[in-house]
Amino acid sequence: MSLDPRINRLDLKRVNDGEITASHLVTWEVFHQEKRGKQPVHAGIVHAATPEQALMFAKEQYARRGKTANLWVVKTSDVYTFNSEDEEIFETTPEKTFRDPAFYKVRERIEAFQAKNKL
Amino acid sequence: MYGNTSLTAEEAKIVNSTVEDPEKLAEFEARITRGEKIEPGDWMPDQYRKQLIRMIEQHAHSEIVGALPEGTWITRAPNFRRKLALIAKVQDEVGHGQLLYSAAETLGKTREQMLMDLLSGKSKYSNVFNYPANTWADIAVIGFLVDGAAIVNQVINSKGSYGPYCRALERICYEESFHLKQGHDNFVYLATGTKVQRDMLQEALNRWYRPLLHFFGPSDRDSQHSEKLMKWKVKLASNDDMRNQFLDQYVPKILELGLTLPDPELRRGDDGIWVFGDPDWDEFKRVISGDGPCNAERLEVRRYSELAHRWVREALMNPKEKYVTPLA
Repeated sequence: MSLDPRINRLDLKRVNDGEITASHLVTWEVFHQEKRGKQPVHAGIVHAATPEQALMFAKEQYARRGKTANLWVVKTSDVYTFNSEDEEIFETTPEKTFRDPAFYKVRERIEAFQAKNKL
Repeated sequence: MYGNTSLTAEEAKIVNSTVEDPEKLAEFEARITRGEKIEPGDWMPDQYRKQLIRMIEQHAHSEIVGALPEGTWITRAPNFRRKLALIAKVQDEVGHGQLLYSAAETLGKTREQMLMDLLSGKSKYSNVFNYPANTWADIAVIGFLVDGAAIVNQVINSKGSYGPYCRALERICYEESFHLKQGHDNFVYLATGTKVQRDMLQEALNRWYRPLLHFFGPSDRDSQHSEKLMKWKVKLASNDDMRNQFLDQYVPKILELGLTLPDPELRRGDDGIWVFGDPDWDEFKRVISGDGPCNAERLEVRRYSELAHRWVREALMNPKEKYVTPLA
């Protein structure tokens, strides 16, 4: 006898001769948009058979608290990423200062020009 | 909710003796020392991966099994507000299980394999869930103190080195703070209620005192250590440190209500270290190896859910789809 009346109502032994084998539904990457106008941000994954079911589970799992404007789900196998060992391909990005607005400083040049030409 | 993940002597020996590629290992350890997180696609020592899977998996099992003792009282909550809160909390616990299974999956073990290992007894869950919730006051004690203990553990673990586990824990801790507050509210209402309510709470407290001391696992004197797991930020605090932090935070909150704890030796030492009577570690060992009041029922219910509803999943399966490990 369990303390839980719901468990006592189940016929637990009914399924005891069943065979358990592993079978996997595919996973979906979930993106959560907090507010209209904000970017959807990766929140986690769900297991589901169809996109509709993935959205339903994503709503339960990632939109239970706080604000939500929308959710996206993308099948994990449809996401392409770089290999994390190739991180160095991004290394030169911060070095390309010619793309940085702070790189462009003309005030000194203007002042030198003004001094020279007595402006 | 969550419990302890002590190593067996055998496991500690394997962790401590496995040799890895020294160059990659040095790079990996330097990364952790710098406070960087490790992500699923990164190189990691074999033992790092194995111990994390074991730990996160146990944590996940604890969440879904932990929903069972509390679920017992959903149909008999004393009023509608308490019932709504309890339903929401139990749903959270199952949701936490899913978040944690996802984090463990990124390391290469599938959710289905983990669920099967739970049913076969190959992997464990927190010992505290092998005890019954006899009365509504047990729900107050679980919601306040078992969740309180779990939060101590989870906040510490969220500072670990594995990115997906830390992210799952941050979300979990955020939700657990509601569990703790509603548990405390329930606890205080009973403690400040009628004599019958107070007595019921005191009895529940007496029942849960030992399992709560067991919660963080055996004393550091009697448990296996691995310097490597500390260095790799898989384990971040010792069992005794966590237990002490829990007693420090929660004993005053119990005593301020005029309740007592069934341990004449319990006191806070001048050095801030709590002293307590022997909580019967033999009982702990007995229960963890399967001989607790509810072990059989918990696994039977889980097995029933798995088998009775399996046809739904099979009907949904698309044989052309190929399972791949989740990304983050």
